[in-house]
Amino acid sequence: MIQKISPSVTEALQDIADGSTILISGFGGAGLPIYLLDALVEQGAKELTLVSNNAGNQGVGIAKLIGAGRVKKMVCSFPRQPESGAFDDLYRAGKIELELVPQGTLAERIRAGGAGIGGFYTPTGFGTELAIGKDTRVIDGVNHIFEKAIKADYALIKADKGDRWGNLVYHGTGRNFGPIMATAARCTIAQVKEIVELGQLDPEIIVTPGIFVKRVVLVGGKS
Amino acid sequence: MIDLSQVKKRSTADIAKRIVQDIPDGAHVNLGIGQPMTISNYLPLDREIILHSENGLLGMGPLAQGDEIDEELVNAGKQPVTMLPGASLCHHADSFVMIRGGHIDICVLGAFQVSIKGDIANWRTGDPKAIPAVGGAMDLALGAKKLFVMMEHLTKSGESKFVKECTYPLTALEAVDCVYTDLATIAVTPEGLVAVDWVE
Repeated sequence: MIQKISPSVTEALQDIADGSTILISGFGGAGLPIYLLDALVEQGAKELTLVSNNAGNQGVGIAKLIGAGRVKKMVCSFPRQPESGAFDDLYRAGKIELELVPQGTLAERIRAGGAGIGGFYTPTGFGTELAIGKDTRVIDGVNHIFEKAIKADYALIKADKGDRWGNLVYHGTGRNFGPIMATAARCTIAQVKEIVELGQLDPEIIVTPGIFVKRVVLVGGKS
Repeated sequence: MIDLSQVKKRSTADIAKRIVQDIPDGAHVNLGIGQPMTISNYLPLDREIILHSENGLLGMGPLAQGDEIDEELVNAGKQPVTMLPGASLCHHADSFVMIRGGHIDICVLGAFQVSIKGDIANWRTGDPKAIPAVGGAMDLALGAKKLFVMMEHLTKSGESKFVKECTYPLTALEAVDCVYTDLATIAVTPEGLVAVDWVE
């Protein structure tokens, strides 16, 4: 029998090792797996590389992990946010690495990682400082730069509902990076606010098929 | 030489209304964070214009008020918004397929500088203390079928933001189609910058 439901966030995250690369869903607060992030602070893994659109703010979520000194490197498109002090301070002090990636390139690098593609050429970023050191190529008369796929050890994502096979549906724009991140990690862990029986999610509307998800954990809601 | 103190400059609302004149019925449009977002306040009811938000929403409605507010339904500026009937949600890779794949008809961005060839610099000034952040700017600048820029014509110290070569870090090369400022509307053409209209 397949049983991907984890009894607790603590158990869901227990094997995350120091030095892991972790994809984290969310666009600002929407879709951010806040319960998993809090549990990761408790869990204690350090020297982490985080891949997420933002670098956290207001001392919660990713900012809490950064503030606790657990993050070695941030891969993101937009670290600057209101009250993004945890990241800003360490960055200015040279104590955290930043790989800045255009948002569409970030999404596509993750998608490529999940699809078994090594990388791709894109016009985005050509001729800018974010293209420095990258291979270039002219395709059909247009300048492109090479961007490498992103794969990770873990993905921590937020979904709305899930079942014991790992099927997921999302809510609103909270979907954002979740479905692609789920495909690009060796182990994807989803926090959901409702767990349903098999068959209750309409196959026509399941966004993330269960094959991409290893663990589902209920947070702050009903089962 | 025109005495700029004597001309009646366009307000931000005037610039927004001028841009709306160039957005046709049926267009799919992405409005950048900041001033461009205010354009949504002036969209005419007799044209169906579909707004795209980079975080996976097509058919975005006005900002959410009161009971409508859902923190999981936000725009690119992370403000709660509503959805129009016919709206659709998608994940980030699909949302940027809309942008990078040339499916968005018009994108409107702010800018620090626009060059005579249509290069745009809008994501950082190069201040070493500032935290660099690019977001979707580089994808939008190149991916949309048409790139409009909404900006003040002059810097605070009175220099033109239209330059021979951008001195601020580039967002994209040869990307801008038309610039709308408080002083003029200026098209980028193969022959160079051409004034379409201007204040007097």
